[in-house]
Amino acid sequence: MKSLLFKRALQDILNNRFLNTVTVITIALSVLIVSSFALFFTNANELLDTWKKGIRALVYLNPETTDANRLDLKYNIQKLNGVSEARFISRKEALAQMKVQMGRQSSLLESLKPNPLPDAFEVRLSPDSQTMAAIEKLSKAIELLPHVDEVEYGRQWIGKFTNIINMLRFVGYAMGGLFLVATLFIVANTVRLLLYSRQEEIAIMRLVGTTDRFIKMPFYIQGVILGALGGIIGMSGLYFAFWFVSEKFHRGLSAELLDIHFLPLDVTAGIIVGSMIIGWIGCYLSLKQFLKA
Amino acid sequence: MKCHDDALIRLFHVYKRYGAKNALFDISLDIFKNEFLFLTGPSGAGKSTLLKLLYLGESLSEGQILIDRMNLARVSRKRAPELRRKLGIIFQDYKLIPTKTVYENVSLVLEARGMSHKFIQKKVHSVLRTVGMEKRKKSFPPGLSGGEQQKVAVARAVVGEPKIILADEPTGSLDADSAGTIFDLLTNIHARGATVLVATHDAELIRSAKGRVIQLKEGKVVAE
Repeated sequence: MKSLLFKRALQDILNNRFLNTVTVITIALSVLIVSSFALFFTNANELLDTWKKGIRALVYLNPETTDANRLDLKYNIQKLNGVSEARFISRKEALAQMKVQMGRQSSLLESLKPNPLPDAFEVRLSPDSQTMAAIEKLSKAIELLPHVDEVEYGRQWIGKFTNIINMLRFVGYAMGGLFLVATLFIVANTVRLLLYSRQEEIAIMRLVGTTDRFIKMPFYIQGVILGALGGIIGMSGLYFAFWFVSEKFHRGLSAELLDIHFLPLDVTAGIIVGSMIIGWIGCYLSLKQFLKA
Repeated sequence: MKCHDDALIRLFHVYKRYGAKNALFDISLDIFKNEFLFLTGPSGAGKSTLLKLLYLGESLSEGQILIDRMNLARVSRKRAPELRRKLGIIFQDYKLIPTKTVYENVSLVLEARGMSHKFIQKKVHSVLRTVGMEKRKKSFPPGLSGGEQQKVAVARAVVGEPKIILADEPTGSLDADSAGTIFDLLTNIHARGATVLVATHDAELIRSAKGRVIQLKEGKVVAE
């Protein structure tokens, strides 16, 4: 019985190739767009985590700080919970680093006399304290220490980046939702068109005593098959696009700076199953309305 | 003497109206098990309408119909398949599915009942052999003559071994030979215990059969 219904569903797909191909392509495109967002967020989150792990704080000292004060301060900073290392960067070393970073424009710094940069400590965190909350707490504690002028840990740009990611995530959810509805609508319409084209056949089937369940099952199977095909094609498209982009552009970038990778297997499988469920729901909506008539 | 309780099909004061027009007017009728009954009368007498009421192709305007103790006025849409499985219907316009082969059209009845593939194969071949359509089992209805389509329709009606056969003008558009074959098939089914109800205005067919004749005119029973 089950194999018979499955056979009928496959036969229906083959008999209405054009309509079903359009539906599969639509599902595939929706899956491609939604999963592109998922891929972006997965990698953006990991990138953010990696950047957060490399967080360091720069502690700028008062100009009046003596060598003895500096040693005391270093001791006090290292005593704080979560600090793994505090390295002193003299104003001279800071200027030299700046000149290296500015490259050909470093000549601009030649006229800067005296050196305007302050002495500083570069504070690195222990692995278990590499979170935004921990560094914020630590910065506040360092700021209270004597001879500390200012503490900087790049919170502004990390915060901004996090905000952008969160905003994009919201856009992603909204677009994902819209594509979900659009796909549902398209699958439901395809099934409705199939139902209309087979109106006479369904009426005859009913007259010879077939149940609605018997009529519905092949359509459900068909919806799930279309969903699966759309999901697999969409995910394959995303994989090839990912492979192409990573092959073409990733080589030029430092692996540490941008270590992108494809969606995990369970997420990929989840998206395909989701697209099968959409196929099923699309059928359900059409059949419910059509067979009621 | 048969009493009302022996009736397989009972009609009580049945009315069918289309707007102000009465298609059937106060029909009361008992049809007994293994009876061969003809409904006859001119075109528009209400023969087809009466059959449609029996297979729930139309709904009653007034009155009651009992088929095998099922009250049709109370049969929900969900239970309609249960009633229709008791019936084998031969439609005037055959109602074969054009996109399915002869074999598929006939096997559909058994597939819907969840029969095994092996049983379906055996039964359908046997029925197609009986109606002389086994060699054309892979043909599609549009490629068949009227007589051949009617034979397939008969095969589909009898394959599920229903208690009741409803035939609407089964020989209507057929030549004498084909009509004879179809009539032989109906008498065979009747001999095997089925109740056969034939709506026809084919006087020759009625004369050659031994069965009760109900004559309708303008929606009323005028002779029995």
